[in-house]
Amino acid sequence: MEHNSFFPEVSMPAATHSDAEFKQRVRKTTILLSVITIIELIIGITIYNMHKGEHPSAFLVLTFKGIVCILTLAKAFYIVSVFMHLGDEIRNMIMTIVVPLMLFIWFIGAFLWDGNSYRTNRNRYDEFKKERTLNRPERAGDTTQHGFGG
Amino acid sequence: MSTTAVQTKTNWWNGGKSPFNLEYGKLMMWYFLMSDAFTFGAFLISYGTVRFSSNSWPDPNHVFNAFPLAGEANLPLAFVSLMTFILIISSVTMVLAVHAGHNGNRKAVSKWLIWTIIGGFAFLSCQAWEWAHLHHEGAWWGSNPFPNANGTVASTNFTNFFFTITGFHGFHVFSGVIINIVMLVMTNKGVFDRKGHYLMIEKAGLYWHFVDLVWVFVFLCFYLI
Repeated sequence: MEHNSFFPEVSMPAATHSDAEFKQRVRKTTILLSVITIIELIIGITIYNMHKGEHPSAFLVLTFKGIVCILTLAKAFYIVSVFMHLGDEIRNMIMTIVVPLMLFIWFIGAFLWDGNSYRTNRNRYDEFKKERTLNRPERAGDTTQHGFGG
Repeated sequence: MSTTAVQTKTNWWNGGKSPFNLEYGKLMMWYFLMSDAFTFGAFLISYGTVRFSSNSWPDPNHVFNAFPLAGEANLPLAFVSLMTFILIISSVTMVLAVHAGHNGNRKAVSKWLIWTIIGGFAFLSCQAWEWAHLHHEGAWWGSNPFPNANGTVASTNFTNFFFTITGFHGFHVFSGVIINIVMLVMTNKGVFDRKGHYLMIEKAGLYWHFVDLVWVFVFLCFYLI
């Protein structure tokens, strides 16, 4: 490629695909993304119809939602790897992007767990756990005067 | 052990070449997109946290069931699928624009960029219609007319997160369209031909694909589950 002379230290790996090979790859990925989206929509409609029924099975709904999540991750993989050509880059470079993103594993797990435990705590709130250290008449200095923090 | 194999391999860190074999601007675009992924991730995860902490939540199939010119017809998922396909197709036309740039084919770059811009505008129009429709139904930041799936009155969390996150994504789409228009003007003026390369198109392309990528997750979190 002649434009290599502008960046002599870069050899443009993405440009090495031949035209025919490239076209086939894009076509395949487009079809794949569309098919995955259609499957997701079918599952979405299925969940909708299950909710219309008398007693939707919570387990089945959760399974379908899990499948949709996995399909979405597959779509994300194809967009990043083929459309954004990350798959064609050098392994070290890929790792500088992918390794920090692993933080999401903790991020999603910890925060969803936190939300769930907050809900459980509120629903099962036990009066016994109520703070008892302030078991004395309230004095003027205990709370702010304008309604906050009381 | 395998020293002979190591010697025959390219040593990217010996100097004289870019260790990641990438031009500086493109590498920085990648790192920007990674940080942007964390911004969107934080938004979507906070939405998930609040949703997990709620006993019930509005059913998206009952909220997003309208279609332009379809009147009162109940069409869950229909309009958002259209939006999803518009964005996927405009991502494909962007791939073709980037590829045309590799071949230095100015006419093809220009043609595919125009299609990408049209796709971007189509998506934005769809979103504008959906926002207007929901607003018409009484939904906005701080007001939520939709009941929870179990029939109880819902908090405004649902609409707050919906408008904030789709708004933030829509703003990304909007800036992507602006970037693509700038690229189109520069292409037609022959700026990249004079430079000798179309690397700017690649960077704009990365951004545009990222917008599509984020939509895949917004679509999942708000409409599918």
